[in-house]
Amino acid sequence: MTGWGRRNEWKIFLRKIFGLRPAMKVFISLSLLVLALFAASLLTGPAGLGLGESLAALVTGKGEALVLVMREIRLPRAILGALVGAALGLSGAAMQGYLRNPLAEPGIIGISSSSSLGAVLALQTGMAAAFPLALPLSALSGAAVAVLLILTLAGPRGGALALILAGIAISALAGAATSLVLNLSPNPFAAMEIVFWMMGSLADRSMQHVWLAAPFMLAGMAVLLRLGRGLDALTLGADAAATMGVNLIRLRWGVILGTALAVGASVAVAGAVGFVGLVVPHLLRPLVGARPSRLLPAAMLGGAAMVLAADVAVRLIAPDQDLKLGVLTALIGAPFFLHLIWRLRGDEA
Amino acid sequence: MSACARASELVLALALASAAPPAMAEGPRRVVSINLCTDQLAMLLAAPGQLLSVSHLAREPQSSSMSEAALAYGENHGQAEEVFRLAPDLVLAGSYTALGTVDLLRRLGVPVVQVPPANTLDEAVEQVRTVGHALGQDAKAEAMARDFAAGIAAARVTGGRHSGAFYHPNGYTTGSGTLADAVMQLTGFDNVGATAGVTGGGVLPLERLVLAAPDLLVTSEPYPGASRAEEILTHPALAAAEAKAVGLNSDADWVCGTPHLLRAIAAMGAAHDRLGAAE
Repeated sequence: MTGWGRRNEWKIFLRKIFGLRPAMKVFISLSLLVLALFAASLLTGPAGLGLGESLAALVTGKGEALVLVMREIRLPRAILGALVGAALGLSGAAMQGYLRNPLAEPGIIGISSSSSLGAVLALQTGMAAAFPLALPLSALSGAAVAVLLILTLAGPRGGALALILAGIAISALAGAATSLVLNLSPNPFAAMEIVFWMMGSLADRSMQHVWLAAPFMLAGMAVLLRLGRGLDALTLGADAAATMGVNLIRLRWGVILGTALAVGASVAVAGAVGFVGLVVPHLLRPLVGARPSRLLPAAMLGGAAMVLAADVAVRLIAPDQDLKLGVLTALIGAPFFLHLIWRLRGDEA
Repeated sequence: MSACARASELVLALALASAAPPAMAEGPRRVVSINLCTDQLAMLLAAPGQLLSVSHLAREPQSSSMSEAALAYGENHGQAEEVFRLAPDLVLAGSYTALGTVDLLRRLGVPVVQVPPANTLDEAVEQVRTVGHALGQDAKAEAMARDFAAGIAAARVTGGRHSGAFYHPNGYTTGSGTLADAVMQLTGFDNVGATAGVTGGGVLPLERLVLAAPDLLVTSEPYPGASRAEEILTHPALAAAEAKAVGLNSDADWVCGTPHLLRAIAAMGAAHDRLGAAE
């Protein structure tokens, strides 16, 4: 009897899984994908360690040098990869929802490059050395300035063209200012780092960077995830959303604050990794539907998976060199962007 | 190995002292150097008044062993225009830097001697003779080269060997076929970078350095202003590896194969002594 009972329970469990709404299945598969890529990130590296010994070192803390490699080099890299990706994917989905514009993305509209400028200023003025929190704070101030500018210039329902043009101008300005600051630095290495701030990399990050940036990224993501209902209503138009009781001003500030926190802190430690916030929401929309409240968490998981995968790939392609993350994401993202513009062209004509 | 340190100091003192008497036979009278390493050799070898200008790097304490001595000379940035205006009858240059300047100066009829960087200790000694010959100071250069060679020979460590690694910003290390590697070999260390297959300069990923757990870690002093490249030098994993090793800062004495290299060699010898005593 008990055996039958158990089998029935198992059947009910299976029915539960397969009877889940499609969106739920996507969430479960995305979570599993992120977990698998997180493990892959931990197991990838130039030292070429064995699977068993490296996991044992990570968990048990036995074997001095191995533990250092796993806990101080690879673990922070994997954590930051997941967090940076989640922050970028989620911010992209939130911006696209709020601006009702499929081309909105932190990198394209200049938020990432303004964060870079903020981070570089904090580093080169010596503020970050005197007061470590100055680095993420300055980067997220840069991000906040850019979001404010974008929302002002492109307007809450600005067309794709206004948004992209404003983004190009802000990106160019922030990029030029970043290069200027780094070129004027007394440090001979600083000028070589322009590429890092524009392309992003997770090489040689430490737990210090995780502690520094993670609280801000998590706070920003928490703010953005709570905007789902408001953004859902906004898909019907601003007036309809207002009549449905959505506080549009709060929604606007939520987008600004959440994006600035999430993107600013991620750029402060990983540089500007482009196109994640563009590609991920678009790939996931057909799977979870266009409703922002579902797309936001899905884009967060998808972003984490994309950056973790890109970070594993850069280490496999060039184990001994620091191939920048942004190179890979742009190789995937830029053709995608062109494809989107092509489709939009058809819509607007 | 303190005897070796004293010997090298003596050699250096002799070398510097012998830089005094003017012995201008028919050498060039207006010499300009545009390379950090030829700057220092020229300052050591030239007769008073013979050397007009050295590169701006010669004044930078982090690159130049003679940053204070360099203040006595004019400063150039290796640009053809400023060099040509000095009307030099000899320009000393490196063989891989400022090639455009060298090319232009030669077309303008200025004699240029290019000195290749020294990658072995023998080449470093030979370089003294090369620059001395170009300056018309052969006798002085010969004496300095002999003292330099004797200092190197006296510093050779024959005892037990330890492992050592260079670790610089961006995870840059110096492998086989370099002057730094030769210094390591000479002073009783096996270079982790060379063992890892790095030829010349190259990047050694931090995790591979940590796993190699070298007995000696030669890192560099950060420059003013911040850079992400130098952040690796404060990485907790590197700090942990450093805590278990003898640490050494590679300074300006390591940059060029001048007789100042003997000071770096002496510091390495002392580090080897400390390790030997620890075991």
